[in-house]
Amino acid sequence: MAENPNTPAVELSGLSKRFGTVVAVDDVSLRIEPGEVVAFLGPNGAGKTTTIDMLLGLSRPSAGQVRIYGGTPRWAVAHGVVASVMQNGGLLKDYTVAETVRLTASLYRPAEPAAEVLARAGITDIADRRVGKCSGGEQQRLRFALALLSNPDLLILDEPTTGMDVEGRRRFWAALGEDSRRGRTVLFATHYLDEADAYADRIVLLRHERIVADGTASEIKSLAAGRTVRAILPGAAKSKLAARPGIESVQVRGDTVLLTGSDSDAVARHLLTRTAARDLEITSRNLEDAFVALTADEPASAVDAHQRTVDQGTLV
Amino acid sequence: MTPSISRSDAAQRRTPPLGGLSATFLGLELRRMMRNRRTVIFTLILPGAFFLMFGANAAVKSERAGVGNVTAYIMISMAVYGAMLATTSGGAMVSIERAVGWSRQLRLTPLNPVAYLCIKLVLAMSLGLASVVVVCAVGLLAGAELPTGALLTAVFLAWSTSIVFAAFGLFMGYLLPSENVMQLLGPVLALFAFAGGLFIPLDQLGRVFGTVAQFTPVYGVGVIARWPLQHDGSLGIAVLNVAAWTAVFAVGAGWRFRGDTARV
Repeated sequence: MAENPNTPAVELSGLSKRFGTVVAVDDVSLRIEPGEVVAFLGPNGAGKTTTIDMLLGLSRPSAGQVRIYGGTPRWAVAHGVVASVMQNGGLLKDYTVAETVRLTASLYRPAEPAAEVLARAGITDIADRRVGKCSGGEQQRLRFALALLSNPDLLILDEPTTGMDVEGRRRFWAALGEDSRRGRTVLFATHYLDEADAYADRIVLLRHERIVADGTASEIKSLAAGRTVRAILPGAAKSKLAARPGIESVQVRGDTVLLTGSDSDAVARHLLTRTAARDLEITSRNLEDAFVALTADEPASAVDAHQRTVDQGTLV
Repeated sequence: MTPSISRSDAAQRRTPPLGGLSATFLGLELRRMMRNRRTVIFTLILPGAFFLMFGANAAVKSERAGVGNVTAYIMISMAVYGAMLATTSGGAMVSIERAVGWSRQLRLTPLNPVAYLCIKLVLAMSLGLASVVVVCAVGLLAGAELPTGALLTAVFLAWSTSIVFAAFGLFMGYLLPSENVMQLLGPVLALFAFAGGLFIPLDQLGRVFGTVAQFTPVYGVGVIARWPLQHDGSLGIAVLNVAAWTAVFAVGAGWRFRGDTARV
C-alpha cells in the first residue's frame, strides 16, 4: 500500500471522539504526506493524546476515519508500518535493555538488527542493564530503540524527550532528522515550543478538541499575531491606512507608524510604493507568543484564526 | 555516524507467524519468570517444604495408602498445591503487566492478543510442571512409595488438571490490575486447597463439610491426581468439578480479555 506515492502517510477525516457527553476530539481532518515531520502542539486537554490513541488503534473513533498509508491503524501496527514512543509506555523492570529489544524484535518481519537500533538510540553501553535500574531518559531511549525495530514508515511520538537531558534531546532529534530525510514520516506531540519550531516542517495546533492552525512555524507565527510593520511616515493618515484590506491595527507615534496584519508583505509593498514611508522594519512574534495567542480563551480571534486556517488549508 | 536505516517496502512486511508466539518470546519470558525470587519461592520451594513438614515423618512413611504409602499421598496433594500456585501466578502475570503498562506497549506491536494469551498459558503450565516435578523429586527422596506407572500418571494428572488454575490466574489477572495480585490470591488458594482436601483428607472433616467440599475448585483436581494411587471420593464428580470450574474461569477470563482488548 505504501508503494503508491500518492497515498498520504496519515489521513484523518472528520475524526471525533466522545466519552459520554465529553467531547475529546471534535471533527479533526488532517492529511500528512510521506516524509513530513509534523508537530502536534496544544495545551493539555486539547485532544492530542486522544487523537494519537486513535491513530494507533488504541481507541476507536466515535465518528470519522483514520488511514495510515491507506490501511487501518490495526493493519499498520500489525505490519510494523507505524511505531510509536508513548509518554507513559510501560516497560518490564525485570528484563535487561537488550532482552526487551530482542523480545520486541521477535514480533517484526522483517526486523532491524538489535545491535543497530541500540546504537542508534545511544544505549549500547547499557544493553545488559536491568530496565528497572535505568533512568527515565534511558528508558525513553529504550522506547525509541523499540520503535525503530520495524524500520517504520511512520513514527508517532508523544512527548518523546520527556526526562532526557539537553544532550540526550539533541542527539534524539539529530537521529530523527536523519531518518526523515530518508523518507520517514514523523508526527510528534510536544510541550516544548522550541522543539516544534526547530524540528518540525509543519505545526498543527490543537485547541479545544479542534485544529486551530496548520502550517509552517513562520506561518503559525504570522497567523497568531501577524507581523508588525514599522516605518517612518510623516503625516500618516491613520483612518486611510486602517481602511486598507489586510491591515488589522494602526498606531501612529509621531512620525512612526506601526501596522499589524496577516499579510505583512502586502502592507510593506503598499507603504513603499504608494506612500513616502522609509526605514521600514518587519518583525514577527515568536512561536510562544503565537501559541499563547492561538490557544488563549478568546473566542473571536480563535474563530478568526481557524477560518484563516481553513482558507489556507484548501491551498495545501 | 551510525548507519542509517533505508526505507522498506510495505509489501515485504509480514505479521509474525502464530501471531508472535515463538520460542524466542517464550524463552525470554521463562527466564524473566525464574528471575522473580518471590515466584520461585512460592511455586518451587514452598510446596516441597510443606511436603517435608507433613509427609516425611516415620509414621506416615509406614502407613499404607492404596498402592503406595501415605507419604506418596501427601506428595501428590502437595504437587497439586504447587501446580495450583504456579499456574495461578503464571496466569496472574497479566495483571502485573497491565498495571505497569507493558500490555499497552505490546498493543503497539504486531503481537496478536490471542497469541499473548496463549504465551501466558504456556508459561503458566510450564511453571506448573516444574512445581509438580520438584515436589515429586523431593517426595521420592524422602520416602514416598508408589509404582512408577502410578507416579507418572499422577504427575501427568496433577499437572494437566491444573489448567483450571491457569484459567483462574488469567481471569484474576485481567480482573485485578495490581502489581501484588499474588498477595491476594495466595491466601485464596490456601483456602481452596484446604476446602478441597489437599491439606487434611476430607473424610476427617465430617459429612457436611465433605459434601460442600465437592463443589469447591480444588476437590476435583485432588481426587483425579491421587486416583492412580488411591481411589478416594467419586471420579465422576471430580471430572465434572474440574470441567465446570475450568469453564467458569475460562469464560470469566475471556470476558475480561475481550473487554480489555476493546478498550485499553
